[in-house]
Amino acid sequence: MTTPVMGHAPTRASWGSRVWSWVTTTDHKRIGVLYFVTAFSFFLIGGLEALLIRLQLSHSGNTLVSAQTYNELFTMHGTTMVFLAVMPLSAAFFNYVVPLQIGARDVAFPRLNAFSYWVFVLGGLFLNASFLVGAAPNAGWFGYANLTSSQYSPGLHIDFWVIGLQVLGIASIAAGINFIVTIVNLRAPGMRLMRMPVFTWMTLVTQFIIVTAFPVITVALVFLMFDRFFGANFYSVAAGGDVLLWQHLFWLFGHPEVYILILPAMGMISEVIPTFSRKPLFGYAVVVYSGMLIGVLGWGVWAHHMFAVGLGPIAESVFSATTMLIAIPTGVKIFNWIATMWGGRIRFTTSMLFAVGFIAMFIVGGLSGVMHSSPPADLQQTDTYFVVAHFHYVLFGGAMMGIFAGIYYWWPKVTGRLLSEGIGKTHFWLTFVGANLAFFPMHFIGLLGMPRRIYTYDPALGLDTLNLVSTIGAFIMGTGMLVFVFNAIWSRKRGVPAGDNPWGAATLEWAVSSPPPVYNFSVIPEVRSRIPIWVENGMTPVPAVPPEPVHVPPGSYWPLVAATGIIIAAVGAILKTLLVVLGGGAVLVVAIYAWALEPFEI
Amino acid sequence: MTAVAQHTSTGLDNRKLGFWMFIGSECLLFGSLISTYLVYHGRSVSGPTPDEILNIPLTSVSTFVLLMSSLAMVLALAAVTRGDRLWTRVWLLATAGLGLTFLGMQAYEFTTFVHEGLTIKTNLFGSTFFVLTGTHGAHVAVGVLWLLTQFVRSLQGKLGPEKAINVEITGLYWHFVDVVWIVIFTVVYLLR
Repeated sequence: MTTPVMGHAPTRASWGSRVWSWVTTTDHKRIGVLYFVTAFSFFLIGGLEALLIRLQLSHSGNTLVSAQTYNELFTMHGTTMVFLAVMPLSAAFFNYVVPLQIGARDVAFPRLNAFSYWVFVLGGLFLNASFLVGAAPNAGWFGYANLTSSQYSPGLHIDFWVIGLQVLGIASIAAGINFIVTIVNLRAPGMRLMRMPVFTWMTLVTQFIIVTAFPVITVALVFLMFDRFFGANFYSVAAGGDVLLWQHLFWLFGHPEVYILILPAMGMISEVIPTFSRKPLFGYAVVVYSGMLIGVLGWGVWAHHMFAVGLGPIAESVFSATTMLIAIPTGVKIFNWIATMWGGRIRFTTSMLFAVGFIAMFIVGGLSGVMHSSPPADLQQTDTYFVVAHFHYVLFGGAMMGIFAGIYYWWPKVTGRLLSEGIGKTHFWLTFVGANLAFFPMHFIGLLGMPRRIYTYDPALGLDTLNLVSTIGAFIMGTGMLVFVFNAIWSRKRGVPAGDNPWGAATLEWAVSSPPPVYNFSVIPEVRSRIPIWVENGMTPVPAVPPEPVHVPPGSYWPLVAATGIIIAAVGAILKTLLVVLGGGAVLVVAIYAWALEPFEI
Repeated sequence: MTAVAQHTSTGLDNRKLGFWMFIGSECLLFGSLISTYLVYHGRSVSGPTPDEILNIPLTSVSTFVLLMSSLAMVLALAAVTRGDRLWTRVWLLATAGLGLTFLGMQAYEFTTFVHEGLTIKTNLFGSTFFVLTGTHGAHVAVGVLWLLTQFVRSLQGKLGPEKAINVEITGLYWHFVDVVWIVIFTVVYLLR
């Protein structure tokens, strides 16, 4: 199919065909938008869970929710934010931005990309459907064995979790392979590796971590599934099994996962800060190599999550040292961002404010992280609110602030309209003040002895005031999120039209219209610089109208059918009905064959 | 799928590069399974133990069968590349047949073990053994299905030399699964 197409799908088409065109889409930009809307919805759900947690903890002896419900709330808050919010929000940007940044017309495998999205959304719905049957996962997002065994966790709670995470892993690995091939193979002429924008670089590193880390948690989950469903003994102490096996496998995945969450955000602010400082990124090569080093070292620090289990002095010393070591490339990046701003013509747009907010809050989270690297100190902090403070500084203050910087930065590229700067700055300040108010007191709450994951506390601890402050901060953050949602809706109708390059940025995605045409580039440009728009003759021009018809791949519904087959099998596992599992498998097999045999030219 | 290879930055075919990435991912999957087997080796609190139950001569034969299937796979790719339809079909079928033989012997091994009192529930050895070798067996089964699909495509006259890349990728998968078996055979059957 060769179609000369202008812009997005025609708006006069019937409602049904418009929905169908989204369901069958293989356009990386549309899939990016789908990822964003879906993941942001899950982010709001995870946020509501957080607000319920904070309400319950607002004063001692509270009875708002039961201990059981509280377990479900913190488990689903963590699981949702990690797997259904931050990771797919990053994926939204991988999808939308990376092909544009490298000068490609789409990803390497457009249908596999759609498949990843549908598996993610159906897997997320599957996980949250557990609330509807009153059996939400309740053993923490790390699901330590043998709390998760049938003996200690009867019912469907953990079944939903163990199956749901395996399903989500499929989506992540498929997307990981897709983006590695895209970045390695589909670069425009002249887009050498060391000319790639840093966001693309961090995406590449992240995908390598995803492709290697997810099989490990898959195996851990498969063991747990066999224990629960078929009576195997992997985590059974009575049979000689070791519950630490779970902890090793989980954190062997879990710590690289931390970098899966933070590296994309680091990539985003590495685009935002140079643009709004009007200076190329300071020490580009060092930032890239630091990112790679983080990706490698991230594999050697997992046991610092396990200092309290008694690994012995040698293991603890080694992991303590590697943990301190990984702070170095991270610190290097922070200095590079600051040096980029140094002497630049800084414009404090909302995006830039979030990027600077990232640096500030990530430093706090990074410092408390280095404190954990010392086993004696860590023993005092393990399972207290101090740890909760630490990872909310890096994951909210870091990853989410970075993602918001990215949202304000690329929003005009995606929608063609700017978000309101006034409303945006309100959003920023509510978020920044709220987050610090919510998370900073947790350091003290933890050091004063309040444990994590306990649904209430004694008034004699004297922590009522600090907890109330934290709760108030959480609600200020929540208000900030509502302000953002309002800004998004406002911008769709009343936002100022953006033009191709509203920020005067340097990279390829700003050389095409906003939103970009369906084929991205009328002519694939030749790139001659790391900052092609900023330097003279940095790239060959991209004409507004294609000189010759551009081939655009058609859509396909088989990725959705394949994803549906997987979910049917997952539901069958929950129902413990072999026939349904086999039915889902059959749907999957049919979809794979139809997919492989349908004519689809990219 | 288009037969004409897309122009790529590295010159490598997208599907081939993607498949190498998948194999990388699979290495971690089997690596975790094999590590777990090793960690739990000799830690079962009750029998049967590997020494009592493993049939090494039988498994040596099935290992040989699987290794020979890799040879047949190489010959199938060579045949499809030079456009030799007859030998493409012969070697594809031979590879799939050897794979099926391996699976049959594994099925026999599993049922014998169950009769001798070793199931996934019995002890740590049972859990780790069945999940590790079972995962590998599932991979072989997928490979057999894939090979038979190529065989049918060849019968339909849709597997000319321009589609050699498809057989090459099937081969990558098949050889990988073979190599994994060599590790499993060494670790589970030979290492005492």
